[in-house]
Amino acid sequence: MNRIIKIILSDIIRNKIVLAYTLILSILSWSSFALEDNSSKGLLTILNVILFTVPLVSILFATIYLYNSAEFIELLLSQPIKRRKIWLSLFFGLSTAMVFAFFIGAGIPLLVNSPDSIGFMMLLNGCLISVIFVALAFLSSILTRDKAKGIGLAIMIWLYFALLFDGMVLFLLFQLAEYPIENMMVGITAFSPIDLARIQILLHLDVSAMMGYTGAIFKDFFGTSVGLIVSFVLLSLWAIIPFFISMRKFNKKDL
Amino acid sequence: MIEIKELQKKFGKFEVLKNINLSCKKGECIALIGPNGCGKTTLIKSVLGMVLPDSGTIHFNGNSVLGEYLYREKIGYMPQIGRYPDNMTIGQIIEMIKKIRNSSDDLDEDLLHAFELEKMFDKQMRTLSGGTTQKVSAVLAFLFNPDVLILDEPTAGLDPLAAEVLKEKIIKEKEKGKLILITSHLLSELDDLITEIIFMQEGKVHFHQKVEELKTTTGEEKISKAIAKILKNKQNEPNH
Repeated sequence: MNRIIKIILSDIIRNKIVLAYTLILSILSWSSFALEDNSSKGLLTILNVILFTVPLVSILFATIYLYNSAEFIELLLSQPIKRRKIWLSLFFGLSTAMVFAFFIGAGIPLLVNSPDSIGFMMLLNGCLISVIFVALAFLSSILTRDKAKGIGLAIMIWLYFALLFDGMVLFLLFQLAEYPIENMMVGITAFSPIDLARIQILLHLDVSAMMGYTGAIFKDFFGTSVGLIVSFVLLSLWAIIPFFISMRKFNKKDL
Repeated sequence: MIEIKELQKKFGKFEVLKNINLSCKKGECIALIGPNGCGKTTLIKSVLGMVLPDSGTIHFNGNSVLGEYLYREKIGYMPQIGRYPDNMTIGQIIEMIKKIRNSSDDLDEDLLHAFELEKMFDKQMRTLSGGTTQKVSAVLAFLFNPDVLILDEPTAGLDPLAAEVLKEKIIKEKEKGKLILITSHLLSELDDLITEIIFMQEGKVHFHQKVEELKTTTGEEKISKAIAKILKNKQNEPNH
């Protein structure tokens, strides 16, 4: 497997988009720490970067890369290699590239400016979000043969998790404001990896004091180590399940 | 060597392969012919495991190929339209396949020299003409001394000189006792090459015969004429 991952990684590095992504992340991270006088504000800025650009770049780049390597996959399939191995190698190659880009671009400034549990949590969440959206890219690219449709689907997935989901949750909150829905809200966050990551990080920042009763319930759940573990398991599932579905589909695909 | 039994495949509602039964033995050079869209390439891709059949079995050296991959070490495949990663050069592609195969056997680089591809090693795949891409495909198919060669329209797009080089190479490999499967529309080119013919039509095997038998039963010297005769006889038969 290592040989194929190496080939894929060297191909991705030759592709300058990942380098540009790393550069933009590092400019954003360093400048947001330099502009704010306390690191907590810098962290909040970076949080938004993580929650918007990282998923977008991960899912779009991975989807386009997968469509562009259709020939490569075809070539590998006529060689004595397992199908599962090809798909896994692509996944590991792309995930490693995205995680590395994030680590170098945003992780290093995080660890330098905020070398505590919050910085570390943010780093971990960013890496997980990268992997999750690469996995979702695998799902969207296997669902349709048409490149335009696949990329459209990828953008829709990002739009849903980054914007629409929050809108729907807010709508629910207002509609059901008179009912005790706080516990339900904790459950609903499990349906969006971005929200899971956001709440995990927000609760570790001081601003969580301003989130009212729901915030207190969240803190009750996510603040404990059990809640933390559960939410990390949920995040991991967000990466594993889409990839697993795509793998099953790939194993049955005609090329 | 390759045994195909009751193979069926549908793409959506379209039945591409209808109950195919075939048996190919070592040392034969088999031509797979038939009109466009009769399922030749699908059949070949099923053998390679790139297309997964709906039902039926394919055995390679006695083992089912379903879910297997190691048997492909013994197959050299030259696709009809070779598609390669655009930004890689010829040299990189060949290097990459060598690395992936990781084979310690002697490499067969005859074609590489014959086509003079070394001069173009640093050319990117997207800048290549169709013919040169075909040459790369041919080199890759023969490179690892496979027991079985599957060539999908090998001479299409090649200039006459290169086509002749490839033909000579195919004859040489045939004499080593390898199984060679060729699809082609140029029947005249196959005359001095093949020992058996499989004729497919609308997803079915029309006939599978030795060339000698075919020539004696039809009384024709050329393969193309013999096949034309058979097809004419079929048409004259009343439809049931």
